[in-house]
Amino acid sequence: MSKENFLQSSLGKKLVMGITGLFLITFLIVHVGCNACIFANDGGVLFNEVCHFMSHNFFIRVMEIVLFAGIFTHMIQALLLTMKNNKARPIKYAVTNGASNSKWYSRSMGVLGSLLLMFFVVHWAHFWVPTKVAVFTGQEENTFEHMKEIFSKEYVVAIYLLGIISLCYHLLHGFPSAFQTVGLNNKKYTPLLKKAGATFAIVVCTLFAAMPITVYLGIIK
Amino acid sequence: MSHGNMNLTLKVWKQKNKDAKGALETYQVKGISPDMSFLEMFDVLNEQLITEGKDPIAFDHDCREGICGMCSMFINGRPHGPVKGVTTCQLHMRSFKDGDTIVVEPWRSAAFPVVKDLAVDRSAFDRVIAAGGFVSVNTGNAKDANNILINKDDADDAFNAAACIGCGACVATCKNGSAMLFVSAKVSQLALLPQGQIEKEARVLSMVGQMDDEGFGACSVTGACEIECPKGISLENIARMNREYLGANIKSKH
Repeated sequence: MSKENFLQSSLGKKLVMGITGLFLITFLIVHVGCNACIFANDGGVLFNEVCHFMSHNFFIRVMEIVLFAGIFTHMIQALLLTMKNNKARPIKYAVTNGASNSKWYSRSMGVLGSLLLMFFVVHWAHFWVPTKVAVFTGQEENTFEHMKEIFSKEYVVAIYLLGIISLCYHLLHGFPSAFQTVGLNNKKYTPLLKKAGATFAIVVCTLFAAMPITVYLGIIK
Repeated sequence: MSHGNMNLTLKVWKQKNKDAKGALETYQVKGISPDMSFLEMFDVLNEQLITEGKDPIAFDHDCREGICGMCSMFINGRPHGPVKGVTTCQLHMRSFKDGDTIVVEPWRSAAFPVVKDLAVDRSAFDRVIAAGGFVSVNTGNAKDANNILINKDDADDAFNAAACIGCGACVATCKNGSAMLFVSAKVSQLALLPQGQIEKEARVLSMVGQMDDEGFGACSVTGACEIECPKGISLENIARMNREYLGANIKSKH
């Protein structure tokens, strides 16, 4: 009997992808919830309060480390799986017709994920790094004013919208697929789950996109 | 119905043997009836090639009734061609138009090496089955029928999984060359039944281990395999295999 190490098997690797994916989805709920505080339109009072809590609370700081571990595990597993998958078909077809049997974004999770990573680097440089610097140097960071300044440039808003569109398609496939990977697929609940996933992806991404747009247009002051 | 009125251009993969470098070659076939099956159209082409003193195209086929799983052509970018729920032998030329150009390639997978032209070696599937796709039974007198009661839903699901003919269309169409639909159907058809319980854990561990050893890819849940499967094997089987595999690893004592 050839039994392999669980985490080295294709199924084990996919399970890690699914679980980290679901964890990152729960993080998105927190992130979008904090962002939505700008829609109070109170000159950033509520938003800055939330930012202060998020950057100083001990539990959140620990979860931040878990979050980064989750992101990097998801990325590394994706890389390992992609390498294995590429090896499974060394000679490509001359003609393929993917559109006849699957959605383009389900076949493009690697590309969408890479776009997301590039977006994250920009996003971390914009917000995460200045916040950390402020925390460690003991300064009070006015994230709201900082954000208004960043979202005043067209090309920055464009980068954020591209990042959010990539996230939306990544979620449209990733949300229901994560449940399939952890072993949950059922005639009764899976169609509901697919609808819930699509709703989640669209609602979360619309809220995310509303932030740079409303700030750029000066609706949020 | 009009007969013998289709002229087609075929671009077919020609490869002398496993180690040779292959290429697409262009052929013209004339007077094809729309009522012919895709394989009969290939028979006409091969007759023509033999008459011309050329090498006929090697392709796999056996029952030509859609139940053996032997035919295996990748037609215009899809395994078994454009019609849902059929194998290549059950694909008819009426699914194409006069003057069409049709590209025919072998299954592409590291685990399915090309033997010659369109024929590939699918013994990787046999090794996955040999690793655990069986149940142990006592010899002796045949037991009474219905001795072991089986829930109707489970019996139906097991039967639907057992409909897999092992043609390899799932591997051929998967962007990752994954055999998950095949392996999960073979795990499910036994895991769902009382007779399959004794070797349940060892089975899924061995079969998944063999699947990975053969070099098949992992599942991206694109669902392409389910759409292209001539027997309509469901993705639910893959979810079941994921559950079985996780459970077996948790319970494993080795």
